[in-house]
Amino acid sequence: MDFNFKEEQLQLADALKRWIARDYTFEVRRAIVGSPAGVSDTAWATLAELGLTALPLPEAQGGFDGDAVDMFVVMQELGRGLVVEPYFATMFAAEFLRRGRAHDALLERVATGDLKLACALGERQSRHDLRDVATRATRDTADGDGWRLNGEKKVVLHGAQAGVLIVSARTAGAQRDEDGITLFAVPADAAGVVTRDVRMLDGQRAADVLLRDVKVGADAVIGTVGAGWRILEAAADYGAGLLCAEALGAMDALFGATLDYLKTRQQFGVPIGKFQALQHRMADMYVHLEQARSMALLAAVRLADDAGGDHAAERRRAVAAAKYRVGQAARFVGQQAIQLHGGMGVTDELPASHYFKRLSTIELTLGDCDHHLARFIAQPGFYDDEEAAA
Amino acid sequence: MDLTYTGDDLAFRDQVRAFLEAELPADLRHKVSNHLRLHRDDYVRWHRILARQGWAAPGWPREYGGPDWTPVQRHIFEEECARAGTPPVLPFGVNMVAPVIMAFGSQEQKDHYLPRILSCEDWWCQGYSEPGAGSDLASLKTTAVLKRDNEGDHYVVNGQKTWTTLAQHADMIFCLVRTDPTVRKQEGISFLLIDMHAPGVTVRPIIMLDEDHEVNEVFFDNVRVPVANLVGQENRGWTYAKYLLGHERTGIAAVGRSKRELARLKELARREQKNGAPLLRDPLFAAKVADLEIELMALEMTVLRVLAQADRAPGPEASVLKVRGTEIQQRLSELMVEAAGPLALPFDPAYLEGEAEHSVIDDDFAAPLLPHYFNFRKTSIYGGSNEIQRNIISQMILGL
Repeated sequence: MDFNFKEEQLQLADALKRWIARDYTFEVRRAIVGSPAGVSDTAWATLAELGLTALPLPEAQGGFDGDAVDMFVVMQELGRGLVVEPYFATMFAAEFLRRGRAHDALLERVATGDLKLACALGERQSRHDLRDVATRATRDTADGDGWRLNGEKKVVLHGAQAGVLIVSARTAGAQRDEDGITLFAVPADAAGVVTRDVRMLDGQRAADVLLRDVKVGADAVIGTVGAGWRILEAAADYGAGLLCAEALGAMDALFGATLDYLKTRQQFGVPIGKFQALQHRMADMYVHLEQARSMALLAAVRLADDAGGDHAAERRRAVAAAKYRVGQAARFVGQQAIQLHGGMGVTDELPASHYFKRLSTIELTLGDCDHHLARFIAQPGFYDDEEAAA
Repeated sequence: MDLTYTGDDLAFRDQVRAFLEAELPADLRHKVSNHLRLHRDDYVRWHRILARQGWAAPGWPREYGGPDWTPVQRHIFEEECARAGTPPVLPFGVNMVAPVIMAFGSQEQKDHYLPRILSCEDWWCQGYSEPGAGSDLASLKTTAVLKRDNEGDHYVVNGQKTWTTLAQHADMIFCLVRTDPTVRKQEGISFLLIDMHAPGVTVRPIIMLDEDHEVNEVFFDNVRVPVANLVGQENRGWTYAKYLLGHERTGIAAVGRSKRELARLKELARREQKNGAPLLRDPLFAAKVADLEIELMALEMTVLRVLAQADRAPGPEASVLKVRGTEIQQRLSELMVEAAGPLALPFDPAYLEGEAEHSVIDDDFAAPLLPHYFNFRKTSIYGGSNEIQRNIISQMILGL
C-alpha cells in the first residue's frame, strides 16, 4: 500500500502551481472570463507546453500514457487555480477517442495543443441520464457509408471553443435504450452545426449545439455502430473522476482561504476563529474534505485500473460513490465557507464565491448526487452484498 | 499510489483468518454478531485464546510479549477480528494502562503488572471521569494524600470516580488523583494503580438506558494505596494521561466492525418486506443504506491513508476517525431498528443475557436491535465526546 504521489507527479503539480501563481492570478482569470472569447490562447499554449494536453494520451499519438492518478494531480491544481480553459472538456472528449482507437490523427493534434475537443451528449430531456438520446443519425442515402445527424445538444461544456465535437446519436432502439447509441467525431465547422456560446456563472463557457442534417463520413464513427454506450459510460466515469479531482482542489483552496479568514478577521476584539461555533463548523468541513479526498483518490485509482476496460465493475462502483461523496462535501464546504466569510462571502470580490460557484457547477455536471447514489444502488454487490470491500 | 496489500500482508491476513476460523468459539461469535450481552467469562475466555497465540496485545513490543506487528498488520488483525465477530479485547489493561507503565513505570511495576495484563489475570478498569470532571477532566477532585506510618509509605485516597466500564469485574483500577491542590489543576495530578479489592473501595452500578449494567460509580473511602503503586513521578499524571492520546489507534474508527454490521443490516433489509418486496429494494431505504455504505468506504480509505502516512501512531487525525467512525456506528444501529420496524419493540432481557435460547417474540434477529441502538448513543460521548474531538481538530490540526 502506498498513498504517495510519484516524484514526477509532484513536479508536475509544482510546475502548475508556479504558473498559476505567476501568470494565472485571480485578476488575470477575471480578465479572461470577462473577455469576449472567455478563454485565453496564451494560457492554453502554456498548458500544452507543460505537456498537459499530451499527458493522458497514448505514446503512439505523442502522448505520455498518463493514467487517472496522474490526471488527478493535474485536475486538483487546475481546481485550486480555478482555471477556465477548456482542458477538462478536451481531455474528457479525448478519452472517447482513446477508447475508440480509430482517430489517431485527432489525438495527435490534441497532444500538441493544436486541437480542442468537447462532448455533446446531454439533451433537453435527458437531465443526467446519458442513455437518453433523441438525436438521430441516419444512413446518408446519397453516400451509403456516411451518416446524417439531426438533433440538439444542451449545455455542451466549451462546445463553441472546440474544433471537434464528440456527439452521441441514436442509430437504433428506443430513446432511453443503452443499445443503439452511436458516437461520432464531428468537426465543429461541418455544415449544419450551429453552436450558441453562453457563459456559465462559474466563469466557464458552454454551448447549445444544433445539428441540422449534418453530414459525416463512416470514419466519423467512434467504436462500433450501435454499441456506443460501452465507450460512453466508461468515458463518462473518467470525466466524473476528473471533476472529483478538480472539486478536491477547489475545496482545498476554499477551505484554506476560509481558515485564513477566521484567523485574521477580528470581531469582539478577537479573531473570529476563537469562537467555538465557528471552530466546530470548520472541524465538520475538514471531516467532509478528508472523506471526499479519500473517495476522489479511490476513484482515480479504480479508473486507472480500468484503463484497459477489464475492471469496469470496480470502476463504476468507486466513481458513483466518489461523485456522490464529493458532491455532498462540495455543497457543505462551499455553503459553509460562504457563511463563515460573512458579507464578504456573498460578494464577487473574493475568490471564495468563485470557488463556490465552480463547485456548484461541478455538482451538476456528469451526474449529481442523486444520480450517482441511484447508480451505486444499481451496481452488483449493493443488493447482493458480495464482500466488495474485503 | 497503490491501494493493494503486499503479498506478505495478504499472507498474514490468511494466517489470521485461518486462526479465527479454528479458534473463535461458536457461542462467542453468535453473541457478538447478534448483539447479545457478553459476560466476564466471555471476555476472559477470548483474551486467553489470543494470549496463547501471542496475539492478545497487538500493539506491544516484543520485549513485553507483543507480536511486534507493523501498523498495517495490526490494522489487518483488527479488521479480521471484527469480520469474524470476536469479542473485543478490553482496552483498559492492554491499550491504556500498559503503555503508560511501559513508558513511565518502575521495573517492579513492569515485571508485576505487564505479564498479568497479557494473560488477563488482572481485570483492569479506568478511573478518570468524576461527577464534576467529564470533558473537563483536569478539574478532578479525588485526592491522594501521602502518609507515613509503621506500615510504610502509602497514599490515602478519597473521592469518587464514575462511568467506570465493567468495574464490577475489575481487580485493578488506574486512577488520576489530585496530589497537590495548590498548583494549576493539570500540575497537581498523579497516576495511581489501586487494588479494587482493597478496603474502602465500593462499586455501585449505574443502569443505562438499555437497562444494562455496563458502567459504575467507584467510591474511595480512606483507601490505603502503597506508594509503590504510583506510576512515574508525583504530580506528573496529566502528562502520562496525555501521552496515551498520542497513541490512539486507527481502530478507533471501527471500520471492520461497521462492515460486519452493514452486511448484517442488508441481511435484515433483504428479509423484511415492504409493499411485497424486500425492504432493501425500497428506494427510500436503499438510499439511506447506500449513503452509509459510501461513508464507510470513505472512512476505510481515510484510515488507510492515516495508516500509510507514517510509522507512528496517529495523533489528532484520530479525532476525525473517532467522529466519523462513531457517527457511522450509530447510524447503522439506527437503520437496523428502522429495518426491523415494530418487531424491534419488545424488550427481552432474558434473551439478551443468554438465559433463554430464543427471544419471546420468536425473532432472534430483531430482539436485540433497539437496546443496541440505545446503548450505542454512548459512542459519541465516551473516549472524549465528539464535541471535544471537534475542539481537537480545530485547535491541533487547524490551529484555531
